[in-house]
Amino acid sequence: MNASSPEKLWRSLAELANPLEFRASRHAEFNSGDSEPHKVNRRDFLRLMGASLALAGLPACTRQPIERIVPYVKQPEELVPGNPLFYATSMTWRGFATGLVVESHEGHPTKIEGNPDHPASRGATNVFHQASLLDLYDPDRSQGITGNGEPDTWENFVSVLSDKLDSQGAKKGAGLRILTETITSPTLLNQLQLLLKKYPEATWHQFEPVNRDCVIEGSRMAFGEMVETHYYFDRANIIVSLDADFLYGHPNSIRYARDFSARRRAPQPGAEMNRLYVGESSPSVTGTNADHRLPICAGEIDGLTRALAQRVGVDAVSEHIGLPPDQQEWVGALAVDLLENRGASIVVAGENQPSAVHALVHAINHTLGNAGQTVTYAETAEAQAINQNESLRSLVRALKINAVDILVTLGGNPVFTAPPDFGFAEYLPKVKLSVHLSADVNETSKLCNWHIPLNHYLESWGDARSFDGTASIVQPLILPLYGGKSAHEILDAMILAPGRGDYEIVREFWDMKSNGDELKWRRALHDGLFEGTSASSKKVTLQAINLPPLNQRLAEPALEITFRPDPTIFDGRFANNGWLQELPKPVTKLAWDNAALISPNLAARKQLENGDIVEIGHEGRRLRLPVWITPGQPDRSVALHLGNGRRTVGNVGRRAGFDVNILRNSEAWWFADGVEIRKTGAKYQLVTTQTQHVIDSEDRQIFREGTLTAFQNDPEFVRKNSESPAASNTLFQPQEYHYDGYRWGMSIDLTACIGCNACILACQSENNIPVVGKDQVARGRVMHWIRLDTYFSGSAANPEMKHQPVPCMQCENAPCELVCPVGATLHDKEGLNLQVYNRCVGTRYCSNNCPYKVRRFNFYQYADYETPSLKPMWNPNVTVRSRGVMEKCTYCIQRISMARINSEEQNRKISDGELKTACQQVCPAQAIVFGDIGNPDSKVSKLKRHKLSFSMLGELNTRPRTTYLAKLRNPNPKMSA
Amino acid sequence: MAQLFRRRFNSIARSGILVLILLLLGSGWLLHAVYWSPYTTRETVPLEQPVPFSHKHHVYGLGIDCRFCHTSVENSAFAGLPPTEICMTCHSQIWKDAPMLSPVRESLAAGLALRWNRVTDTPDFVFFNHSIHINKGIGCATCHGQMDRMPLTWQSHNLYMKWCLDCHRAPEKYIRPRSEVFNLNWTATNQLSLGRKLVVEYQVHTEQLTDCSMCHR
Repeated sequence: MNASSPEKLWRSLAELANPLEFRASRHAEFNSGDSEPHKVNRRDFLRLMGASLALAGLPACTRQPIERIVPYVKQPEELVPGNPLFYATSMTWRGFATGLVVESHEGHPTKIEGNPDHPASRGATNVFHQASLLDLYDPDRSQGITGNGEPDTWENFVSVLSDKLDSQGAKKGAGLRILTETITSPTLLNQLQLLLKKYPEATWHQFEPVNRDCVIEGSRMAFGEMVETHYYFDRANIIVSLDADFLYGHPNSIRYARDFSARRRAPQPGAEMNRLYVGESSPSVTGTNADHRLPICAGEIDGLTRALAQRVGVDAVSEHIGLPPDQQEWVGALAVDLLENRGASIVVAGENQPSAVHALVHAINHTLGNAGQTVTYAETAEAQAINQNESLRSLVRALKINAVDILVTLGGNPVFTAPPDFGFAEYLPKVKLSVHLSADVNETSKLCNWHIPLNHYLESWGDARSFDGTASIVQPLILPLYGGKSAHEILDAMILAPGRGDYEIVREFWDMKSNGDELKWRRALHDGLFEGTSASSKKVTLQAINLPPLNQRLAEPALEITFRPDPTIFDGRFANNGWLQELPKPVTKLAWDNAALISPNLAARKQLENGDIVEIGHEGRRLRLPVWITPGQPDRSVALHLGNGRRTVGNVGRRAGFDVNILRNSEAWWFADGVEIRKTGAKYQLVTTQTQHVIDSEDRQIFREGTLTAFQNDPEFVRKNSESPAASNTLFQPQEYHYDGYRWGMSIDLTACIGCNACILACQSENNIPVVGKDQVARGRVMHWIRLDTYFSGSAANPEMKHQPVPCMQCENAPCELVCPVGATLHDKEGLNLQVYNRCVGTRYCSNNCPYKVRRFNFYQYADYETPSLKPMWNPNVTVRSRGVMEKCTYCIQRISMARINSEEQNRKISDGELKTACQQVCPAQAIVFGDIGNPDSKVSKLKRHKLSFSMLGELNTRPRTTYLAKLRNPNPKMSA
Repeated sequence: MAQLFRRRFNSIARSGILVLILLLLGSGWLLHAVYWSPYTTRETVPLEQPVPFSHKHHVYGLGIDCRFCHTSVENSAFAGLPPTEICMTCHSQIWKDAPMLSPVRESLAAGLALRWNRVTDTPDFVFFNHSIHINKGIGCATCHGQMDRMPLTWQSHNLYMKWCLDCHRAPEKYIRPRSEVFNLNWTATNQLSLGRKLVVEYQVHTEQLTDCSMCHR
């Protein structure tokens, strides 16, 4: 890529194929027909308008209803009504804890933030943490205990369970089985140990559909034991990912994203940057950040890794590996780069890769001298790291022979997620007493005798370890909404009926650990974690690796399918979460569905278009689902996302997507070769936001980029090509506004941004943004105030991918303001471009005039005013917008107001960094910086003076307050792009 | 052919026009009157409450400070309504059997909150903050009126935006020394000259006070 003649960017394959036709469609605000009533003639139009006018007048005739004020009976001591309180807690995701700080208004949790003191968060979160708030208030949550389908009580449950357990006494619990997900909780482990002491013959199984079996087996293969590998991406010059999505899918991804971007953020000329190589079987968030990306089938990565190991001098690989020429070249250059950076590189293997690949990667890291430098090893934080597929297999084996009398399933949904070849669902009903603890009534609950509602983590006490081993406290912010129970309470009732509450259980365990040191507990509660509990690094010795023979790919027509967790609803546990269902998935930007991702070449070969339903056949099982043509997908690999197509689920997830688990099996857990794909001729509507809100760019360089080398040769290259008109060259009156106080501005670093979507959900949560549903998304009416544009450049087979978060630009010369007939959008004295909802009459002129397409219109009453359980979730400091009102980002004006009031009451200025917007606060890569641009020493002012800083569409002289730092890549000069 | 309209229809038509004009003006005046009347604004209309609480008795009669009950007024957007416990601080000792106070006693006994009707109620799209007004020297009485003379509580002003802007456009007309904020009977001898001085002293950013974002977000 040449800095002076930027590469053509494209948003979709249709645009790449036919840019002119596509360009025409960009000029429209909405897709054709989406904002006009159908077949309306003049008379109908007048009739409609007349009725609207009359109806619009009528509501004004009502008097304001009288509201109630309901003070406390006994007001909690620390609570000041109207002011939020913040509590430290933690949420587990994939079993590992991330520290959070949760905002609470009069006892309602309203916003989730990362805990800056927590090693797995450092103040940031991912999309799942943000969306977990909606899970708490989800009206479809399970709301009561059921025994054999009938409403029942906890007391009855405990007495039934105790009776059954008593009869187990003689058998030493031989018929008792506990099935959990991945556990890192020290208290829960202690309880399980106590239970197993009481019933020595009982067995504890673990299973999650997105498990780390290969990681565990790989570690055993390389070191003879399970040790956790910790990466220090901030110390590495060269990073190689072999199908590993360490920036998004890894249990420690938030921390890794921060470390990774530490070497990319706002690079100065002369500074060094890390270089990321990614070989992957489907475009992932990590892959989009690659400097060199190689689309490669998941089954070919083994061969690639062996070849790489051979090149860097690992002696375990003796045979000759024949690679296709493109992979050969890639590995060659990569090996040279790695060898030049001994001790300063990292190779990571994906969780979907077989254990041999993991073992080899350990060997590579050792041979390169990375071990101890950029890669360390430590005791795992998991309570018991086991092969979960084998664990479930042994459970099913016991179920088959009627050896299980009591099965207690603590969380999870194994009926939906277990490998179909096990037949778990078939044998589960044979258990005499099956108990399922679950947040919602799901497929597994339906087949169990007892269903106990699981408390949300914001409703229960608990603890868990983060990936580095730090013990973190799960602290509730609200009493259980529906009288649910936690896993601690069920286990405690099993150890000694009737059991205690979860606070007593957790407290007793930690008192035991700290000899009743009250201060230590209080401190941990305040900080959210127990200081100094992270696992210390461990010395490991690399063993001789006995590699199994290399699997050869099947011949040409055979395809590969890969399974991966869904980027938004994960393994299906978030299927009923509207925020996550509507969140456009990275790269494809699909919402509300999953699809089979196929490469453009495969699509051409099979004559498939987006939304064509195909039948995928593998070992006699068939699945029908629509395809989505995805640039960068390997030609012979089809990617399937787990989790959708739930059968027993709430209202939100009911019609979303297709269950791909039926094609999975325990032998081919993550990918399978020898798959056929057949076009059926049927069609399905998939919705994507990738082609919506597209800015008419032509040759305008909306997204600016270059290479590190180009930047070093010419630090001015970004600004050189931009035409920036003089401030006076405008029909606006530049002198109209004087800014004596703060001047808010934002700078977004496109090099640091990894495209993880967290900003979108943080904004949704902070600003009461409603969910609109699939049909409305298809019409371009998604309400997100900040969107993440993804651009492609280069070939469709292996394009470069780039992300650009786009909030409101807060233009100084704002085109929207001039056209508003009622003055509902105007400037304030701090330079913000306001949107006054109570003035807005919904002409949508402003949106039509906005070159950045960042305004969102409430076509219908999207916000749910009715559902009682959703009301306490709203941010009380932000208006819940109604129908017919335009809305948009205002840099979290409620936070600005709060900070301004607080600082004025203390007779000081708002200090730099004190005030953060929601998108800035959540960003794991710290790509968004907000602050006062009137203060030359503020971080944002410095970034705006950075040589890479540019304004989007700056040539329009809109003078946006939101600016960008151009994206730099750091490709290997010895490799072709 | 005879005339269709007789001569007197001229005067009827003329007076008809006049009546029409009067009717239009009248309905305009009626709309205006209703809009500004206490019927719509609830200005000076006492609301029914679970307990007929008298500010006059507690403030004027007993001299209790505003902040004894409205505890968060100095540091929160919301002034705070007293939890039942605060009422019962005194009323467990005095008037402890008064039938009028039975809802309060029941509230404490049952742990169920009292449900008061909100007297001073801005619309939901207005985000009013008490603490900053107190801090910048706006007295309670400026918005709430002579609370110490209200046997039952009513809203003292119409709370229309025009009324808010009256002060936001010229705070010097109302600002008072911070020490007198809670004094319901304070009056300035020369409000304007004192006001101008205080606006500077308290760093009231007058140029910003009429920004929409001050109250709407």
